Amino acid sequence: MPTMTLSHFEAAFLFALFVSVVMSITTKKSNKERLNYGVYCFVCFIVAVFGIGWAMKLGHG
Amino acid sequence: MAVSTTTQAEKAPPVPVASWIGPVAAAWLVPGAGHFLLKKTGRGMLLFASIVLMYLFGLFMRGTMFKPEAGPDYLTSLINYGGFVSNLASGAMYLLSTMFGYNQPDLPGPVHDYGTKFLVTAGLLNVLAMVDAYEIAIGKKD
Repeated sequence: MPTMTLSHFEAAFLFALFVSVVMSITTKKSNKERLNYGVYCFVCFIVAVFGIGWAMKLGHG
Repeated sequence: MAVSTTTQAEKAPPVPVASWIGPVAAAWLVPGAGHFLLKKTGRGMLLFASIVLMYLFGLFMRGTMFKPEAGPDYLTSLINYGGFVSNLASGAMYLLSTMFGYNQPDLPGPVHDYGTKFLVTAGLLNVLAMVDAYEIAIGKKD
């Protein structure tokens, strides 16, 4: 079986993408709402990745 | 007003199991299959692609499958059983993986850890897809 080694950012990016797609499909009723919510979720994930990443970096000095 | 709403809810006929059991079972077995059965092809394809890819990435990162076993403390047991149920929610992908002997030991390291989370999350996302298929099947959602 092939194996892969992803960086933290790559793994978090893929995680954010897949979860955003599924959550937007399953929680909203129109395609426009789904698109908006999917993009919103994805952006929130990425902002959280950078925000928490910087917080940990600054916290560790 | 509240009384009339309650009365309406009580009078609503129960949804026959036969109307939703097929799509929900299909959705469990193959992600997105419930939506395909309900003629929601586009959504079914997106669900299928997202959940299957997430599961495959989890496998390729050599994530660990949880086993239903008691741990030394309550929290560990909860994680083991919860993780097992989440893995099981992936349906045929989980069954095939275990059938073909996938048995990755729990190793330290961020890649394995991400793999384990991807495998568990794929199962949880499939639960969302099953609930969505159920709501479409009973007419609660378009």
